[in-house]
Amino acid sequence: MGTSFGRGGATTFQQDLANADCILIQGSNMAEAHPVGYQWVVEAKLKGAKVIHVDPRFSRTSAMADLHVPIRAGTDIAFLGGIVNYILEGGREFREYVANFTNAPVILREDYQDTEDLDGLFSGFDKETGRYDASSWMYEGMEVSSGLGARMKSSRAGTGDVHGSGGAHLEHGRPPATDPTLEHPRCVFQVLKRHYARYTPELVEQVCGVPKQTFLQVAQALCANSGRERTSAIVYSVGWTQHSVGVQYIRTAAIIQLLLGNMGRPGGGIMALRGHASIQGSTDIPTLYNLLPGYLPMPHAGHHEHLADYLDDIRLPGGFFGNVDQYTVSLLKAYFGDAATKENDYCFEHLPKLTGDHSIFPVVMGMLDGWCKGFLLPGENPVVGSPNGRLHRRAMAKLDWLVVRDMVMIESANFWQNGPEIESGKVKPEDIGTEVFFLPAAAHTEKEGSFTNTQRLLQWHRKAVDPPGDCRSDLWFYYHLGRIIRRKLAESNDPKDQPIKDLAWDYPTEGPNQEPSAEAVLREISGWDAGGKPLSSYLQLADDGSTTCGCWIYCGVYGDGVNQADRRKPGSEQTWVAPEWGWAWPLNRRILYNRASADPQGKPWSERKRYVWWDEEQGKWTGVDNPDFNATKRPDYDPPEDASADAALDGSSPFVMQADGKGWLFAPSGLVDGPLPTHYEPWESPMANPLYGQQHNPTTETWDRPGNRYNPSEGHRGTENYPFVVTTYRLTEHHTAGGMSRTLPYLSQLQPELFCEVSPELAELRRLQHGGWATIITARTAIEARVLVTRRVKPLTVEGRTVHQVGLPYHWGPNGLATGDAPNELLAILADPNVHIMESKAATCDIMPGRRPRGARLDALVEAHGRGSQPEGTGASEGHKAGEAGGAPSGAETGGGSQ
Amino acid sequence: MSATTPLPTPTFGGGYADGEERPRMGFFTDTSICIGCKACEVACKEWNLVPSNPLEFKGASFDNTLELNADNWRHVAFIEQEVALHPVGDGTLTMADGGTAVTDEAHGRVRWLMSSDVCKHCSSAACLEVCPTGALFRTEFGTVVVQEDICNGCGYCVPACPFGVIGRREEDGRAFKCTLCYDRLKGGMEPACAHACPTDSIQFGPVDELRERAAGRLAELREGGVDDARLYLSEDGDGVGGAGAFFLLLDEPEVYGLPPDPVSTTRDLPGMWKAAAVAAGTLAAGVVAAFLGGRR
Repeated sequence: MGTSFGRGGATTFQQDLANADCILIQGSNMAEAHPVGYQWVVEAKLKGAKVIHVDPRFSRTSAMADLHVPIRAGTDIAFLGGIVNYILEGGREFREYVANFTNAPVILREDYQDTEDLDGLFSGFDKETGRYDASSWMYEGMEVSSGLGARMKSSRAGTGDVHGSGGAHLEHGRPPATDPTLEHPRCVFQVLKRHYARYTPELVEQVCGVPKQTFLQVAQALCANSGRERTSAIVYSVGWTQHSVGVQYIRTAAIIQLLLGNMGRPGGGIMALRGHASIQGSTDIPTLYNLLPGYLPMPHAGHHEHLADYLDDIRLPGGFFGNVDQYTVSLLKAYFGDAATKENDYCFEHLPKLTGDHSIFPVVMGMLDGWCKGFLLPGENPVVGSPNGRLHRRAMAKLDWLVVRDMVMIESANFWQNGPEIESGKVKPEDIGTEVFFLPAAAHTEKEGSFTNTQRLLQWHRKAVDPPGDCRSDLWFYYHLGRIIRRKLAESNDPKDQPIKDLAWDYPTEGPNQEPSAEAVLREISGWDAGGKPLSSYLQLADDGSTTCGCWIYCGVYGDGVNQADRRKPGSEQTWVAPEWGWAWPLNRRILYNRASADPQGKPWSERKRYVWWDEEQGKWTGVDNPDFNATKRPDYDPPEDASADAALDGSSPFVMQADGKGWLFAPSGLVDGPLPTHYEPWESPMANPLYGQQHNPTTETWDRPGNRYNPSEGHRGTENYPFVVTTYRLTEHHTAGGMSRTLPYLSQLQPELFCEVSPELAELRRLQHGGWATIITARTAIEARVLVTRRVKPLTVEGRTVHQVGLPYHWGPNGLATGDAPNELLAILADPNVHIMESKAATCDIMPGRRPRGARLDALVEAHGRGSQPEGTGASEGHKAGEAGGAPSGAETGGGSQ
Repeated sequence: MSATTPLPTPTFGGGYADGEERPRMGFFTDTSICIGCKACEVACKEWNLVPSNPLEFKGASFDNTLELNADNWRHVAFIEQEVALHPVGDGTLTMADGGTAVTDEAHGRVRWLMSSDVCKHCSSAACLEVCPTGALFRTEFGTVVVQEDICNGCGYCVPACPFGVIGRREEDGRAFKCTLCYDRLKGGMEPACAHACPTDSIQFGPVDELRERAAGRLAELREGGVDDARLYLSEDGDGVGGAGAFFLLLDEPEVYGLPPDPVSTTRDLPGMWKAAAVAAGTLAAGVVAAFLGGRR
């Protein structure tokens, strides 16, 4: 979404869903995973909205939807591309919106080549490096910033990292070559049309297994409910992000919402549902290796030696990302306080610099390869939650030290004592040399702080009870860790230690545990001016060191000296937008890009959908929400040639973070795998890509090494050993890796055991018994689960073949009350190249009745299955003989209907 | 079914002074908007410190609780169904029976009903009638509550309930069931389950008001083509005299595991005793007559 609109975050808020006339929920099980938020979808439905749920299985969300569309896991781009095609072929786009608010009119370079030309690749692909040179994707007449493009070729970090999430780098604010009539063959609009020309309803049926009629129902519903008088919303979650083409899924939805004119309007937008209570906050003030607070990119070693180099590189010519100087300098002042001065570049040199991809999977490989010696693991359970848990355990067993901070004894903390390899006797605790520290953590009720939820809303929460015993908050841990390290380094003259010594680390503490004041931290994040007065807007930030601000998008959360996140004015006492409950970034705007809710003249597109509009008398924008626009910029404002930053955007450019102010149908830069979403098959798939010769996303990050082998894909030998699609998902009753639910009796009793969901047809094919046991197997390992045979999972007809899907909720692990195998152990480690997120929603597997073997017999089973044979005496159920009815089938008998 | 004897008149009002009567309070559970999240089950157990269940996969769709009993006072039922396929109009989405459509014609349409079951707090509560110690009583809110410190664990109430709601705890011995959060009501709060329910499927309030609301909701659904929607236990004239906790269902009660025609099990007791008394009297008269006759 950052690439398409300028900010990576949900563009609306959950309450706004009640205004939608049609809601498409895809890549999400909203009722299951966001049950409280789902009440607004229910409200929309009560008001007559159509709710559509597209999902491989019929879940609790489907039960409440008007239409459920079963789809083959991993084919959403084909489905959504089909909708794009339906819109364009029939001229159903919201023309005025598209022509004015998107980059549809922009003309591209002559040397741009599409996947239609190159059988699944874009121009600029280097087979040797496996990476794209994006220069041919540029707008015509604009030069790719020489510095950036060249640098990106050499470093392992992709352009996705460098751009943070704030739209990508164009040299000038206004593209020189455009065609407002959208007819020019090389204009984005026509290129888009051509790119999706083959994504017909017939193709959707073929690839996704969705009958044509059903697909058309969805497309028609969206189109009928968009335009001036009506809006549709798209809701997605982890079902879209955890794919090797995850970012492109979201891009396709962005294209649809731009074409239909739903962005920035009430009841429209894209509701990105984050997978965790405050994970939005943990990307805003990031725990990600490649971002600084407020989505400023981390500097790169060798390219950004000085502050000026860095700022020149990331500064956009137009839009609010043109003001990066102010944001960065204020951030440095927050980090280093008085030590940061103009003379020393505000201590910019102290910031760590990237030398490549430091995301978690390369680091795990680094543990295996021996160069990563230590690991701090607060609040995460990779042994259950990450793919290929076994590889993670092996990796952590090679560390010198491991520190785990959590509320309960998670599997990643006691893997050395309780893991599957220990249980089977394959590995002994005394053989593991890692020194493991477990530091108990306080729960959210035992500490003060904020949550930033999925709609960018910060809500303060108070401490209800003191944490028991030695449990401490994360704030306490990091503050005192820093304090103690600084004390130890106080006498050091080593320049390496200077950054730590220069940190501004003086937070007030309170109570017998010396708990740092969370409010003090919030105040610093919000920022203050040279006189110590709290700031209320990032527009007040300066680049001369006079302002301090720990995160520019949060600037104002402590405006007027009031903890705005702590406001709790009841909804009954304010408008439906409820701006006085909590505080949303940026500047308490609830719907982003809301300038787009008014036409180019500043008038709402319709009374029914009015939200923000231009008040000629007062000479400013007004409405029910804080306008996401310069308050006094006229709708007919035409920027002068030499204008920069937001002054370079005209009065009709709602996407104020983008360099050109437009919503990007075509993304000329910012993504490493292509400017337009393209259907690629999941890395593990039973089908060949019906659209192109290029099977997979060519830039997918993979680690093909022992312990992480991939199932062969269609067309390769051995595909028939893993004939079924497997997908993972969540249940309402459990929480992620289970630490907070499988340890509680009331939740554990609701879903006590791991189970798989299979169709009656698959159960018959593989002789699975409802209520019995099944073993699910991939090239990595085999797990066991109880069997739930249900009609909610359907076999799909894909390219004339029957494709079966196996569903697994992923919450289980060996610790706690409700224990079981961890389904993510089945997955291999591979990732989306833009954001390094794992592909966990579509893989291949086999399934057979009975419990899995233990110990060495488990390895033998996995290995033999990969060879397509069944070893002696290692049948899926103890006591089954090789070749017996209950055992795994040999290569000849597959799930394919063509036999 | 026809009542051969009038039901015993329930006493509501709990002994308030004239002019200070309070309305009868209860639940309206609109199962058409239940998302099966089970927040009600958890909230109830947390508030009332109800013991947890053994950890066993039941295989009954997503339901591992299975029934109401002494340790389960809210129970979310999940019913997976295959409904006959209705022809689909052009460009319109199927919403004919409140269910949803899967797209494979060969398999018909899947529907997943979800419903949170609870003690009905019957107007004519058989459990209350048969309780020998008076532990079960009618509160000032019109609800039926077991007083834990009086219950002697005789278990008469268990078979008396036509819904199988109340049960005894094995180790403890006493009978337990939903109290409609009597303690919360006394504090002016709504029951824990109603408070936790995110979609307002569980609605708490004066029964009269709830009945009106339910009628409106039913009309709305019927107008929208949801012909299977119906209310359950919302009328005074049924076998338990209507209930303090009633439901909107999307199919027959049996589908949800509810008795279609519940009758208070004590309904016929007066008549039975009368009949027994008549029989005994006739027998006695016959014996006397035989002796008198014999002396002649």
